[in-house]
Amino acid sequence: MTGPEIETLIQLLAKLPGLGPRSARRAALDLLKKRETLLKPLAEALDLAAERIVTCTTCGNLDTIDPCSICAGAKRDVSQICVVEEVADLWAIERSAAFRGRYHVLGGVLSALDGVGPEDLSIARLVERASASEVKEIILAMNATVEGQTTAHYVTDRLAGTQVQVTRLAHGVPVGGELDYLDDGTLTAALRARRSV
Amino acid sequence: MDWSDQGIVLTRRHHGEAAAIVTLLTREHGRHAGLVRGGGGKRAAALYQSGNLLAARWRGRLSEHLGMFTTELVQSFAARALDDAVRLGGVSAACAILEATLPEREPHAGLFDATLALLHSIDSAPDAAAWGAEYVRWECICLGELGFGLDLESCAVTGERGDLAYVSPRTGRAVSSTAGTPYAERLFKLPGFFDGVTAPEPGAIAEGLRLTGHFLERHVLSPHGRRVPAARTRFVDRWRRSATISGNP
Repeated sequence: MTGPEIETLIQLLAKLPGLGPRSARRAALDLLKKRETLLKPLAEALDLAAERIVTCTTCGNLDTIDPCSICAGAKRDVSQICVVEEVADLWAIERSAAFRGRYHVLGGVLSALDGVGPEDLSIARLVERASASEVKEIILAMNATVEGQTTAHYVTDRLAGTQVQVTRLAHGVPVGGELDYLDDGTLTAALRARRSV
Repeated sequence: MDWSDQGIVLTRRHHGEAAAIVTLLTREHGRHAGLVRGGGGKRAAALYQSGNLLAARWRGRLSEHLGMFTTELVQSFAARALDDAVRLGGVSAACAILEATLPEREPHAGLFDATLALLHSIDSAPDAAAWGAEYVRWECICLGELGFGLDLESCAVTGERGDLAYVSPRTGRAVSSTAGTPYAERLFKLPGFFDGVTAPEPGAIAEGLRLTGHFLERHVLSPHGRRVPAARTRFVDRWRRSATISGNP
């Protein structure tokens, strides 16, 4: 029905998150219809990204420069490092604009099921960074899952030999959350982490 | 085919973008996997954490099919343990051992009840020593359910029921202090809390973990070319460290 080039395009698009074969076919058709305004700019952007975007050797972030703009930023607080599982988590915290320190991307979590052990994560590099005299606090911002918190506890153990203060994100009631709909575990965590007002 | 049962979450594997294959330890149907539509999404993540107790309904056209689970949270043991490294380690280790050792779809009602009791104990015990002993006993129950139970009732040499102090690493039978002392270096120490009277302390729990770990590895995992789950190894390391800190190596 279609040439091999279009089929290849559809197959590649179908590998993207959120797209199945049918939606990839629609996306490919749309790209081909908007050849000048969408297809060519997208191809150029992809080419440029493949050529220029690198992983920061300091923190694991993605950027066009190494060290990345966060690690190299003069206005960033060098005394705080926020540890996250993936680059997507770093972007989420950056969107909040609530943190002005630096980051460290572990590259995943400990998972026996997926065969991910401590040596597969960027933990040794974090310990190295935490040993620097200017670093005062490590904030563990892993997901509130069994695997995320297992990794957080493991990282805490590994940081025990350094002089830094290790903190973690609070767990509890989300903004807009109704108590009636919260699971007992979240409510328990929220009650345990209550504070004076 | 259609059944309803209570299940403890052991694992969740992503299947496609939105679905997940969830493995539960159910009371009447043993370790049982099933597809959960939407189970791979972020909203379902809180539900399918290892150790959570769910009310599950399984449906499949034929009993041998993977089938589909629909579930509802009964008790969130995982979330309650997240803040405590040792408690979280205990929950993770128990789930990892069940996942690694139990055959699929073979009912183990006794083990389900023991696991649920262990999770309650981990959740509510005032200190780690109290539930640590429960954990060691749970691993003994697990070995028993798998056909490799330890015989800790009487001495394998003299037959006496009191003064038991050691366990043979070959047979898993208890040995009395009198008969075992000359061979103490080659035997495991039998933790005192197994008598049901002695209060558990971290050193004895670490000894108990060494004992059950040996038999799990030798009889259950090694014959299938498997290794002790990483979650258990980390849990034991943490126990050893806490036992050393409290002065009971």
